[in-house]
Amino acid sequence: MHERRSPRLTLLIVALIALVLSAVPLPHVLDLLRPDFLLLTVIWFALMMPRAGGLVFAWAAGLALDAFHGIVLGENALAFVVVAFIVHHFHLRMRMYTLSQQSLVVMALLALYQFLLFWIDGVAGHPVTAWARWLPVATGALLWPVLTGLMGRMMMRG
Amino acid sequence: MPALREPGARYAPPRVSTLGLRALLLIALSIGLMVADHRQQGLAMIRSGLSAAAWPLQMLVHSPVAAWDWLSASLRTHRELLSDNAALKDAARENDLKLLRLEAIEQENQRLRALVNAAPRDVERVQAATVLRVDLDRLRHRVLIDRGTRDGVTRGQAIIDARGVFGQTINVGPLAAEVILLSDPSHAVPVQVERNGLRTIAVGTGDASRLTLPYLPRNADVQVDDLLVSSGLGGVFPAGLPVARIVEVRRDPSQPLAIVTAEPAAALDRDREVLLLWSSPRVALPGAEPPPPAAARESRAKRPASPP
Repeated sequence: MHERRSPRLTLLIVALIALVLSAVPLPHVLDLLRPDFLLLTVIWFALMMPRAGGLVFAWAAGLALDAFHGIVLGENALAFVVVAFIVHHFHLRMRMYTLSQQSLVVMALLALYQFLLFWIDGVAGHPVTAWARWLPVATGALLWPVLTGLMGRMMMRG
Repeated sequence: MPALREPGARYAPPRVSTLGLRALLLIALSIGLMVADHRQQGLAMIRSGLSAAAWPLQMLVHSPVAAWDWLSASLRTHRELLSDNAALKDAARENDLKLLRLEAIEQENQRLRALVNAAPRDVERVQAATVLRVDLDRLRHRVLIDRGTRDGVTRGQAIIDARGVFGQTINVGPLAAEVILLSDPSHAVPVQVERNGLRTIAVGTGDASRLTLPYLPRNADVQVDDLLVSSGLGGVFPAGLPVARIVEVRRDPSQPLAIVTAEPAAALDRDREVLLLWSSPRVALPGAEPPPPAAARESRAKRPASPP
């Protein structure tokens, strides 16, 4: 089995789509529920293709998100790297999990990500204490099975 | 134990995992970036470069809305346009009349200010900008407008809409600028009650339809329906622009401060067209009190208003 398309190109395209999805205008309620698409992508690549989508990819994606949304440069980059490191470290084990178990792990990772952001915001002196911050953790975990299905299918074909 | 080889890799020598080391390096790099960026020095060039790189994607996000606008504008009927035109002409005539009166008052005002040696207050230049439909952060109230350093926009510039103060610019890229709205929890604007000149600070709440006035004593003379105008003290917003209208005053006898909430005059969550103001740097307030308290308030107002 060998891949016809360069995995890095696919990586870039998927990441760009996720970045656009992170900013598509939505009604306020849906906006609050919006999952962290880019982080889910990063987790998927760290899990399934750790060579192509490793830590540097996670860092670059986080930095792109920071630049795109005008957040302090490095905030998301740091959180992404931490999450990607954990996934990368346990990727062989995580691949063995059932889909629901994976979703639970992803939920924990998303919660960790939100906590890191919350923490950094607090240190930087502009904490956001709204409980709505934690909503994307749940929606992201719910989206995980759909995302793995889609991405797996795309990669098989590609 | 044989080394695991990924398909496609021709030769993978057994190697020591550097995963932890790489993670640490990247984390250190991120922290360095954050510290540098937080201090707002040195990274201005990188930020503006990144902002320019993000511009095409941001336009892509905005494009469906732009396309819809264009479509609905081009599909309007002749009759609708005619009636709109008539209504606008009426409005223009009315405004012309008001303008005539205003000009006379302005001249009189300038003459009087010259008499008392007050600095003239001028808005030097105004430019329209469009709010791009790009969701920046669900928890903070920031929007993107389609004007940047190319149009002469600078950091900390006042933005208003047709009804009142809208916000101020915090990050300016070459083609776009990020605007922090009045309602952002980390934004504060120095205001004045129009009825009696009482000065205080209006702070955002994170709700686009509410501001709070946390620094008013319980016995302060504020009432429901008072209009708050910008006092011009922060140096960002020119004096006298409508900011908000008070909707609730609660005086709890056990609390030293009154709980006052106000509704912003500008349509913060609906507006698409806003105005950028370039005003003269120093704006004096008529009948201003001695400077020390004003300066203290100003620094307090500016601290939360400064971006992260």
